[in-house]
Amino acid sequence: MTLSSTLSKAPAPAGASRNGTAAARAARRRALLNWVAVHSLAIAAALFFLLPFVFVFLTSVMNDQQALTTDYWPTSWNWGNYAKVFDTPGFLTWWRNTLVYAGVGTLVTVVSSVPVAYALAKFRFRGRNLALMAVIAMMMLPPQVTVIPMYLFWAKQMGLGGSLWPLIIPMAFGDAFSIFLLRQFLMTIPKEYIEAARIDGCGDLRTLLRVVLPMSKPAIAAVALFQFFYCWNDYFGPQVYASNNQQAWTLSYGLESFKAAHHTNWNLTMAATLLVMAPVIVLFFFAQKAFIEGVTLTGVKG
Amino acid sequence: MSLAFGTRKDGAGPTAPAAPSTQHLLRRKRRREAARTLAFLSPWLIGFSVFFAYPLISTAYFSLTQYNGFGSPTFNGLKNWDYVFNQLPTFWQGLRNTLWLVVIMVTLRVAFGLGIGLLITKIKTGVGFFRTVFYLPYLAPPVAATVAFAFLLNPGTGPLNHLLGQLGLPQPGWFADPSWSKPALTLLAMWGVGDLMVIFMASLLDVPKEQYEAAELDGAGPFQRFRYVTLPNISPIITFAVVTGVIQTMQYYTQAIVAGKVAGGIAGNSGQQFEPGFPQGSTWTLPQMVYNLGFQRFNYGAACVVALVLFAISMAVTSILLRRRSGFMASDD
Repeated sequence: MTLSSTLSKAPAPAGASRNGTAAARAARRRALLNWVAVHSLAIAAALFFLLPFVFVFLTSVMNDQQALTTDYWPTSWNWGNYAKVFDTPGFLTWWRNTLVYAGVGTLVTVVSSVPVAYALAKFRFRGRNLALMAVIAMMMLPPQVTVIPMYLFWAKQMGLGGSLWPLIIPMAFGDAFSIFLLRQFLMTIPKEYIEAARIDGCGDLRTLLRVVLPMSKPAIAAVALFQFFYCWNDYFGPQVYASNNQQAWTLSYGLESFKAAHHTNWNLTMAATLLVMAPVIVLFFFAQKAFIEGVTLTGVKG
Repeated sequence: MSLAFGTRKDGAGPTAPAAPSTQHLLRRKRRREAARTLAFLSPWLIGFSVFFAYPLISTAYFSLTQYNGFGSPTFNGLKNWDYVFNQLPTFWQGLRNTLWLVVIMVTLRVAFGLGIGLLITKIKTGVGFFRTVFYLPYLAPPVAATVAFAFLLNPGTGPLNHLLGQLGLPQPGWFADPSWSKPALTLLAMWGVGDLMVIFMASLLDVPKEQYEAAELDGAGPFQRFRYVTLPNISPIITFAVVTGVIQTMQYYTQAIVAGKVAGGIAGNSGQQFEPGFPQGSTWTLPQMVYNLGFQRFNYGAACVVALVLFAISMAVTSILLRRRSGFMASDD
């Protein structure tokens, strides 16, 4: 790390002996103390971030009686709790619904957002600035602002209440956050590539598919991941459109009612909680790089 | 943003041979470009009109009507506005709660994110391990994280209070106590600080090393170096983190409603429909109010008034982000 190298070169304290080795020893001692201080802090922070997972896990394998006590450590390891969660009515259906929502939602988001982002990044046209402002306004809009007319439209006019389609269909018309993120990335592609493709006789669509898309794989991966996580985590959408139909619930919505609906103890609730967390965390380990790049891409550039 | 409107200047395309009708060809090319732009933008243009502009205008219209979902809306002027502003104390309570979250939760989260980002840049051994551990909780789905915290912080058997008791410290009621529910939500928000950590880490590593070296030659200590080198360099990122934090707080919904529901369920009142804000309206925010008024009380008019207030505040905050100097929108050439 860049900062550490400057720190280890700390000047010797004022009034130190002229003896070079003594000064060097003092500097080394300071560097060591610094190392100990930094790593103690890091371990303390790591405990803060990790212990919640550990306690949730330990409770998830306790037996019913022990889960009602203040014990930290399980007396017996009841792996069967996880099987019981899967056996709970609805849990597998919620899994399937969540996968459909997140999978289809992500796919249509990427397909519909890429051309829009490309036009905003690389075409010159009247009102481009205004269009970009509108994208940002849509991105910042709390979903609750438009939910009343949208609900009336989907439930009363289209008859799609009690399903997740009112959440998936709009994603086929571009998602503001994905458009913005892709546009930020596409801005960094030098226009020489696009001009070269054009001189070679590629049309706009071919240029996008053959030249720009292969260069944009990391950004597209990041957008897909973000959208998948968004759908997976969405609570408000399923609550508005699917709360009256348990067959259409998602994991995030079902989990919240899990404890109350099934009169279950903390141990089963914690097992279910971990089962909802697990897929996103596994996905993260497979796509860590794309994800971190995506987070930085949302930040300020230039 | 130095965006030039109008025609493109960068010479492009297979150039037309020097024909007498250059004007004509140019016009045709321009028309073709307009059609192409329209084609590429079309998904979003539909999305913008159907899922943004139309519902927004509709919301404004419904806010002036009385409507419960049956029959048709009837115009009733500013009655809903009067009702929300003057007869619904929960509206002001929601605004006060939001202000609390903006001042305390956003500040603590940004400060903590900066601290963790600084820490990660100083770690020499096991940096990959620590970075992953610090980032992981951010990924936990909000509902799952909130249910987990409702267990960890439950006053009866929760591990945290048990630990506090063993250390002889006070054991607050957290999600079950109106004066501790927002601090509990703040703790949950700080646990998921990974996104800010990554942004701060990237910007801290971008600070030119020479500036630190120069400051050191001038005899600046670590605090002075932070104050006069680090802070000025990363101040745009801090602004970005604060503004996006405020925007997220305007949308604060899932954690608050889930914490209220799970903790409220523990308190043991069943049978009735759950009203958000448990305990005693302390976690009540405007987005939950839209849900409550619209989908639990079927007062669509009043729900739309709150939605418009939410819209106005969100757009006002967003406009800060769009200021030229924030650098939020990368501009081309």
